[in-house]
Amino acid sequence: MKDLNTLIGPYPFRHVPHPDPGVLVTVLAREGVAGAWVGHLPSAFHRDPSHGNDELFRALEPHARVLRPVPAVRPDWPAWEKTLGAVVKRGAVAVRAYPPQWGLGPDHPAMRELALACGEAGVPLVLTVRFEDLRQRHWMDQAGDLTGAAIRALARAGPRVRLLVTAAGRDLIEEVHWGLTPDEQARVWWDISWIWGPPEDHLAHLLRTIGAGRFAYGSMWPLRLSQTPKANLELLPPELRDAKLADEADVAGKA
Amino acid sequence: MTGAGARAGEQAGEPLIEVHGHFLHARSGRAHWDDVNRARFRAGERIGISYHVASVLGSWGHTSPVYFPSPDDVTLGNDEMLGIQRREPGRVRSYVTVNPNHTRHALAEIERCVGHGAIGIKLAASRRADDVLVDEIAAEAERRGLPVLHHVWQHRRRDWPGQEASDGVELGRLAARHTKAQFILAHIGGGGDWAHTLPAVMELPNVLLDLSGSGVDRGLLDDALEAVGASRLLWGSDITMETGLAKLRALEVLGLPPAEVSAIRWRNAQRIFPPGSFPGLPGSS
Repeated sequence: MKDLNTLIGPYPFRHVPHPDPGVLVTVLAREGVAGAWVGHLPSAFHRDPSHGNDELFRALEPHARVLRPVPAVRPDWPAWEKTLGAVVKRGAVAVRAYPPQWGLGPDHPAMRELALACGEAGVPLVLTVRFEDLRQRHWMDQAGDLTGAAIRALARAGPRVRLLVTAAGRDLIEEVHWGLTPDEQARVWWDISWIWGPPEDHLAHLLRTIGAGRFAYGSMWPLRLSQTPKANLELLPPELRDAKLADEADVAGKA
Repeated sequence: MTGAGARAGEQAGEPLIEVHGHFLHARSGRAHWDDVNRARFRAGERIGISYHVASVLGSWGHTSPVYFPSPDDVTLGNDEMLGIQRREPGRVRSYVTVNPNHTRHALAEIERCVGHGAIGIKLAASRRADDVLVDEIAAEAERRGLPVLHHVWQHRRRDWPGQEASDGVELGRLAARHTKAQFILAHIGGGGDWAHTLPAVMELPNVLLDLSGSGVDRGLLDDALEAVGASRLLWGSDITMETGLAKLRALEVLGLPPAEVSAIRWRNAQRIFPPGSFPGLPGSS
């Protein structure tokens, strides 16, 4: 099992303790997690993520057996297609994009082009619904959550698109999933970092109704406790505890 | 696999008191109310909860608002809560919920429900914590030695619909006026900016923080420990028990001495609730 939703680097709106790759490796070992897909947190808030991508590749290099880079590509930035090609060549296992933080609305054509290009390049596109609970955000953090409409638009963009949506809750997941055709549904995976467990049992409900194969293990470290997804799985009703989530190969299309 | 290999019962054999639980009931407008209650017990068994100290907020919005329950719904909710305690005496304890806008009713409910076994008072968000109207409730808590669990919106910067929420500063004003009462500041991880709450209450020894809430921000536990120390933290989960378990595990890897982990797990709760509230736990009279 790998954690498909981790990041390194500081967060602009509050202090986050030691968001470093070496610490992440230790945390993964402690939690019994075999490895992680890792993004560069500050890049979500940079106008141009290219320097952050360089930093990400450099920082992960000593930990290449455990940590896999997920750089960011901003599709309304000149020459983004070259950037995408370059990061894939450097070993990106997926690509991150942050449309709310970059001011790209649900219908922005550039996001559709990026989703299609990632599909052609054989890498999933990783989206982030939110970094923090809406109620605690800094007054300068006005981006808002990623919308269901934006996710549906990308899932419908083409048959080779693969989306991993992180930090979504039950309502958004259901709104998107049941608003897609079965083929489109099969292009979307959800990490479990923000899905509620008991007593409301949102995760159990989603595993029963949508299927475990659409969900992947993710913690959103270093913003959130690495212990949360495992705790959530352990508190599932007994009949669901052996449910098999999607793994890295499923999401990456290499299964 | 989903990682089903059980690690429950952390700090094996130690009691665990959940200080911020809720139960639903048949008249709360939720068809699956009983499933939710059963899920709480199921998860509680898995986590190793010795006692759920819980409340019912009226009709949960079905016949009056969650945070502004009518007197009739307050009574209904308290009756339902006490009923669960009667049916589950080995693992459930009750708060008596009150709406301080109806002061006479609130005081009568405290009298009635304590008589039937309630061990604390639940104040939600019907009236700002520092409003003088809340003083009579706090004075009653002092007189009876009952802790007050107070719903808090961490760093409330405006009024939010559906509740007259208070933040740490506002609860702190009430606590400063009633220094013999113990106040449990609800769900430090439950929304709003917890970093604002810590300095607001750090100098108030009669304010304890419960760790419940869906928020699992890294840094929250470290900063809470630094601000108020292990002797003023209480474990709880509210409506997301997986985040409660995650925080329990995080506490165990912070390197705290076992005595401090025990304090947060149950000893602090045993200290602030009335003597004899938790039969069967070590030191319970």
